[in-house]
Amino acid sequence: MSRLSVWLRRGLRALRHPLGGDGDADGARSDLVLVGGLVVGVYALFTVMALLGPFDGVGNVLSQLETVTLLVLVYVMLALALNLQWGYAGLLNLGVAGFMAIGAYTMAMLSAAPDATVPGLGLPLVVGIVGGFLAATLFGALTALPAIRLRADYLAIVTLAFSEIIRLVVRSEAASEFTIAGQRLGTGGANTFPLPPNPVKVLLYENPSEPLVAAVDSPTVAGDLMLEIADVFNLSASQAENILYTLLLLIPVGAFYLLLTRIGNSPFGRVLRAIREDELVAGSLGKNTRRFKITTFAVGCGLMGLAAILWQLQGQGRLSPGTFEPELTFFVFVALILGGSGSNTGSVVGGIVFAAVLLEGPRALKRVVDENFDVSADPDTIIEASQGVEPLFAYLLSDSSIEALRFIMLGVVLVYLMQRQPQGLLGHRRGQAATVSLPTREEEEP
Amino acid sequence: MTATQSTEATREREGESDDPSEGTTTAGPILAVEQLRKGFGGIQAVDGATFEVAPGSITGLIGPNGAGKSTTFDLITGVYSPDSGRVRFDGTDITGWRPDRVARRGLVRSFQIARELAGMTVMENVMLAPPDQLGERFWPAVLPGFRGRVAEQERELRERAWETLEFLELDDLAGERAGALSGGQRKLLELARVLMTEPEMILLDEPMAGVNPTLERKLLDRLQELSDHGYTFLLVEHDMDVVMEHCDPVIVLHQGEVLAQGPPAAIKSNERVLEAYLGGEVEA
Ligand SMILES: Nc1ncnc2c1ncn2[C@@H]1O[C@H](COP(=O)(O)OP(=O)(O)O)[C@@H](O)[C@H]1O
Ligand SMILES: [Mg+2]
Repeated sequence: MSRLSVWLRRGLRALRHPLGGDGDADGARSDLVLVGGLVVGVYALFTVMALLGPFDGVGNVLSQLETVTLLVLVYVMLALALNLQWGYAGLLNLGVAGFMAIGAYTMAMLSAAPDATVPGLGLPLVVGIVGGFLAATLFGALTALPAIRLRADYLAIVTLAFSEIIRLVVRSEAASEFTIAGQRLGTGGANTFPLPPNPVKVLLYENPSEPLVAAVDSPTVAGDLMLEIADVFNLSASQAENILYTLLLLIPVGAFYLLLTRIGNSPFGRVLRAIREDELVAGSLGKNTRRFKITTFAVGCGLMGLAAILWQLQGQGRLSPGTFEPELTFFVFVALILGGSGSNTGSVVGGIVFAAVLLEGPRALKRVVDENFDVSADPDTIIEASQGVEPLFAYLLSDSSIEALRFIMLGVVLVYLMQRQPQGLLGHRRGQAATVSLPTREEEEP
Repeated sequence: MTATQSTEATREREGESDDPSEGTTTAGPILAVEQLRKGFGGIQAVDGATFEVAPGSITGLIGPNGAGKSTTFDLITGVYSPDSGRVRFDGTDITGWRPDRVARRGLVRSFQIARELAGMTVMENVMLAPPDQLGERFWPAVLPGFRGRVAEQERELRERAWETLEFLELDDLAGERAGALSGGQRKLLELARVLMTEPEMILLDEPMAGVNPTLERKLLDRLQELSDHGYTFLLVEHDMDVVMEHCDPVIVLHQGEVLAQGPPAAIKSNERVLEAYLGGEVEA
């Protein structure tokens, strides 16, 4: 066996058993094959759709792949965070969008410039990111604290209400701009909240906070290099910048996976699973179940906030309260259920399938149809539309019905899944919660 | 006659050394239940039960079906809070404490209807039990700096878990999902978890139901051995032979009240007890 494959296997084992267990290398390998295959499949599909669509050079194809990759990575992070709460500990969080908003808006308010359209404290971005994460964590703990003492369903109700309150407060007139201790602050209300330049921009341009058209005139050394590479692939500066951002996003996504696998395989994760299965048993064995639940809930919310921050910083970087509608929470649940709650690899698979096929798929399909059929007719009702194939397409893929179509697809997929595979695609794949392998006694580690 | 006296009596009768350093140091009862009451709607499940358990004893708790034995366990361990009455454990008033706090204080119970964690393996069920695991705290579970210590503790616990599983003849099933076990095996798993917590006192609710006779004998010997080492047991058991042979004293519960208590011989011939059991069953 070549050295490379030995290394690879060792790496995979470390990934699955981060505390040095000697377990399931086979499982890790098949996980990687599965995820890898899925990624290849998604890219193949989207490449074909991009080629069939309004083809505009290689750069355009790459840019479309970037769009779907970004969404996939965001949903993978969100599904992993939700899996910690729902999959491991059985905590029903219907306020995912709210905790994401807390993270993103806290980051924005901490790091936006004091003289910007929406004023902030002007702190360094890294302070904003950490602050956003901590704020989402804290709000998670505060929400869970009263609800977790009560019955399980109360947490669901409280979090749902919380998320709506956050959304309404963020977009309210009162919050759009206010003064605390002489410091002007705000959320921008119903308007967008321009974010400070993301780290990739800072890396690429001397004046990252200027609009892109101006910023490209004074690139850094790294920016120069990127613009040259972009030229080769016929990419615009903003496309190249986005691709770089999305590639770098792989690092936090990997960290999410590693962190959550580590939690899941630890004795801490073992208690969480016990709580989900039978809280009274965990309690009767002396586990302080409240402490476990609050910690888990808070950490999950913090990670959701962080995922939102990393998502919103991309590209132009502006927050809009419309991003954090309750349907976002629903989407993350669908992603998790698709993949199989309880399994981290399942969360990854669910994130990929959901974001690529259900979220971005219909949009890409629309581009293909727009390009290849005459859909200018655009009838108003389904009756008119059923006159022929093209009007039907036009109707189904009009901007207003594409949203509806997406929901119909979601419904169909969910119903199918509940019938055929209620555990989700990978729901049967729940690793053992132990940091050292358990089943065989003889295979002691050296 | 109090529970304490009866235990001493047994030990003398059986010619055991009465070394006071053996067993828990407290001279008084380790568990004292006073005027415990609990009603469910119209049913008064526990109705003024009062009894004491001496440290190091295997105290039997018997009574016909529906006498309130399991509910008494639930009241002691915080699954339900009593309507009135007090529970004192090892000098502390634990009335109304949450189950996890009672367990951490050193009082652990098994359930009559085994509550295995069905989706987890037998080994995971057992590994869950030991208290104060470093890796159960969030930061040690996550930070690389703790990695070595957490893994080392896991290895130690795994070794103990194997011993417990071997003793209970569950070792072949260690990797099996607990939900796939038979009824008797589930009861054993329940017992394995309780033993892994190493508490001061163990409440066992019909632990031997569905367990084969050979293993049952082995288990009873183990209980005896553990009690000689200072563990205290309160044992609900329907098999009167077992109760008469292994428990002393025996407390009889009837309609939520203590009907009689004392050494097994006295219970066996107690008129009121015989009556409660509708004749004869006690003498099986
Ligand atoms: N959760 C409950 N709700 C209503 N009635 C209950 C409940 N638990 C026990 N009971 C009733 O309380 C009485 C005592 O039950 P239990 O303590 O289980 O008796 P034992 O264990 O001695 O057989 C029974 O009549 C039973 O039906
Ligand atoms: Mg009972």
